[in-house]
Amino acid sequence: MSVRDFFIKLSKIDRKYIYLVILIGLIIPLIFPPHFPQKMSPQVKRVFEYIDTLPKGSYVILSADYDPSVAPEVHPMYKAVVKHCILRGVIPIGMTLGVQGAGLALDAFTEAERVLGARRDTDYVFLGYQAGGAVVILGLGEDIKSVYKTDYFGTKTTDIYALKPVKNYRDIALVISFSGSAIPATWAVYAYTKYGVKVAAAVTGVSAGDFYPYIQAGQFIGMLAGMKAAAEYEDAVNRILKEKGIGKFSTSAIRMMDANSIGQLLIILFIIIGNIGYFLSRRRK
Amino acid sequence: MRPLLEKKIPLALVFIIGIIMTLQYFVPHPISQTIYDNSLMWDRAIASMAYIMAIVSFLRFHSRRLKDKNYAPYSLVAILSFAAMVLIGFIGGTGSDSLFQKMYNNMMVPLQATTFSLLAFYMSSAAYRAFRIRGVEATVLMITAFIIIFGTTTIGNYVPKMNEIVEWIMAVPNLASKRGIMIGVGLGVVATSIKIILGIERNWVGG
Repeated sequence: MSVRDFFIKLSKIDRKYIYLVILIGLIIPLIFPPHFPQKMSPQVKRVFEYIDTLPKGSYVILSADYDPSVAPEVHPMYKAVVKHCILRGVIPIGMTLGVQGAGLALDAFTEAERVLGARRDTDYVFLGYQAGGAVVILGLGEDIKSVYKTDYFGTKTTDIYALKPVKNYRDIALVISFSGSAIPATWAVYAYTKYGVKVAAAVTGVSAGDFYPYIQAGQFIGMLAGMKAAAEYEDAVNRILKEKGIGKFSTSAIRMMDANSIGQLLIILFIIIGNIGYFLSRRRK
Repeated sequence: MRPLLEKKIPLALVFIIGIIMTLQYFVPHPISQTIYDNSLMWDRAIASMAYIMAIVSFLRFHSRRLKDKNYAPYSLVAILSFAAMVLIGFIGGTGSDSLFQKMYNNMMVPLQATTFSLLAFYMSSAAYRAFRIRGVEATVLMITAFIIIFGTTTIGNYVPKMNEIVEWIMAVPNLASKRGIMIGVGLGVVATSIKIILGIERNWVGG
């Protein structure tokens, strides 16, 4: 068989072999992590540095507007940002506009309790889910405690110690919407444009392109996009944990990003092989 | 009587509330603010009520399918899962140590994440078979795709200025096309909203 025939045959290979190669390419780095270096990309750096330089006692709303389908990408970001806030003395206010986000956000705060010893209603607040979408965003701009009469656990928000000085967006330093859909744009339109609160987005890699107009217009201060951003943020939080001598590093996003990188390189390789076969078969005709 | 209830009253309500809320936005008076605050409460109440309709619709749909032997097993699983999660949530609560949260973390999250992750396999197969350099446009698309795919891997960190190149592609050519689409969509939303408020667009009440 000539090289030409080999490539033509390869370009018509059964898809199950492609699946097998991708599967192996993803599993091996998960078992034997290659530990590729993390380098913070510009958008991630903006969000990280903004939170890192906030005065202690500032408030940040972390809206878990995502569901389990995008959790592998977005959930590590949520967990890393929650930890970052607590490590810097910033009080994260967890909430969600999507009912499925409540369980995921709760998981992130539970991990923060376990790893950092964070205390509910003192170091963080978790308000949970509220129906209404854009109406909830607008309502928070008027009075957070009238939108959320109780937190996720049923405690009256007027009785929560950490929420005493908080009325509305005027007391919030930043809102980050974690999502796999267009919800961060809703935050930009209603929370930033109407009330002027600073907003950032944490989204999946595929939807990142949709949000650049908001960044360029200054409606987002920055953006965490995809698994890469999750790994970079996780790595940065691990460095703070190391500085403080806490240990208990989280490496889930870093390990998944290593596997993701191999998977993406394999896709590039597949496209090249497919095109070589395509060209050779065209020349034959 | 039916046209009055099904068409005329909803159209009149949308017209009156649409005009009031539009004017309210530009009037910084306490009365205007009170109308705004009340409308937010009403909206939240209506949004919550939508869940009741969703649950009724879900149960009616799957109850009907229980009679079809092809779909009955799936619909039975859907109804039983729904009932189980509701009961567990009401009886044991939804706190971090609850059975509800454990089931969510160990069943719902892996199931949905796995289903969505299967896309990686389909995408790689599609890219292998369909991503062909058939012309100048396809070549430009492929070069851009290679840079973005490679730049969004951690291996791309070994290449100097890779992050900056990816950032430029996303923040300049990508942004230009996205903004054009967004402006078009925005104008469409404004035009459709005006048509709905004025009663010109009536599809939402059955035409």
